[in-house]
Amino acid sequence: MSDDLRAAVAAGVMASEDAHRSLLQATVEVARGIFSAKAATIFLYDEATDELVFEAVSGLGAQALIGNRIPSSTGIAGWVLVTRQPLVLEDVSEDPRWGGREIAERTGYTPRGLMAVPLIHEEDSVGVLQVLDRPQQTRFSLEEMELLGLFANQAAIALDLLRKARRARGVLDESGVDIEALARLAGEVDQLEGPRRQAGLDLLRSLEGLITH
Amino acid sequence: MSSPEQLPAWSLPAGAAESLELPTEWPGRVTREWAWGESTGKDVRVCILDSGIEVGHPMVGEIEGAVAVEVGPGDEIRVVEDAEGDLCGHGTACAGIVRSIAPDCKVFSVRVLGAGFTGSGSALLGGLRWAVENGFHVINMSLSTTKSQFAGLLHEAADAAYFRRTVLVASAHNMPVESYPWRFSSVISVGSHEETDPLAYYYNPKPPVEFFARGVDVEVAWLGGGSARSTGNSFATPHMTGICALVLGKHPELTPFQLKSTLYLTASNVVEADE
Repeated sequence: MSDDLRAAVAAGVMASEDAHRSLLQATVEVARGIFSAKAATIFLYDEATDELVFEAVSGLGAQALIGNRIPSSTGIAGWVLVTRQPLVLEDVSEDPRWGGREIAERTGYTPRGLMAVPLIHEEDSVGVLQVLDRPQQTRFSLEEMELLGLFANQAAIALDLLRKARRARGVLDESGVDIEALARLAGEVDQLEGPRRQAGLDLLRSLEGLITH
Repeated sequence: MSSPEQLPAWSLPAGAAESLELPTEWPGRVTREWAWGESTGKDVRVCILDSGIEVGHPMVGEIEGAVAVEVGPGDEIRVVEDAEGDLCGHGTACAGIVRSIAPDCKVFSVRVLGAGFTGSGSALLGGLRWAVENGFHVINMSLSTTKSQFAGLLHEAADAAYFRRTVLVASAHNMPVESYPWRFSSVISVGSHEETDPLAYYYNPKPPVEFFARGVDVEVAWLGGGSARSTGNSFATPHMTGICALVLGKHPELTPFQLKSTLYLTASNVVEADE
């Protein structure tokens, strides 16, 4: 319970899920812009169902993709998630099984190429960033691969925060108002300064002692 | 030639040095011609540990066989015949690259993808162990894990391969994360260069990445008998695998240490520096 309690208290002081979602959206927008690509997407790995979920999309008017789920270890995105290796594919010949299928089915648009990079936070592979159909006139370079990696690092942190916020929210929802009140209290204490903050922390510790013993 | 089992285990008694006679005549200067001239990789058994291989792809040709690694609820491993082909396209791409360099090598698929992400670390380890036990000469691993719980076990498997004369060729990471097995010194780790010559490769004196091979804008086999242009260390790796197959096709007696030394002596930056 103490882990859940900590998560719940953290939720009280963390930014909202909306803010994290905005950060993810900004990341796909910038990734798409930097590479002059037609679209960019972020998949989040959902541990509970062992699937990848479309979490953020830029371009293609593809908001319909958000929330859609695909298998976690097949297709391009699954391969990248499992192997932790980034890859770039271009001029992929028509084949219904290739990794663009999940996008094509829902938007009517079939990408001809993509860049895909794993989103790794600490030792967890938390999702995949894909950039679809960059312009073909330029030869791909390792510098671009590095740039993609930098974006991936940022996106991984955002995705990890989102994941933690959701987990904490889940705990709050399951536990009812009592813990939520405690989370709010922790938030208030966190705002205090000097001796008042110390007194607040002492109070919380005493409370924890009362609850756990 | 003495088999490794017949050699003294931990020491070399007086008068026993003759038992260490090496079967290979090493030239004064190791050239690419000596290393793999005329070789097609014939009789070298190459394992592609990846997403499977599409049967009958024209850029791959016939393969020796295919198995899939399944992970049970308690992480127990089952290795079964595989009729699924390729669940992504990547394994087929790797097989095609190896074939383009060593056309007569024997290619075998060990599919470690498709069992979900949850069991993927166990599948990777199980697949590697199975491949080592089955005595492949070269194992292509264009993949890695960041899970530290697998690091020790993968290290053991990599060392077991090294001592059994199985060469592991593994993709290095070009992202700032700790991952395995490419960081182990018993494997041949590979990053990318941007040149177009499939036989151009460079030795890196600043490890952990030891070699750079072609990995940018590579024409590769893809699903449905098709092709794609691809970039990534995961495509550089099968280039080194193919070169390993060429060398072992001509010098099957080489140990992984000797093979790595040969690769160093024939690397583009070493050969050019000699000229």
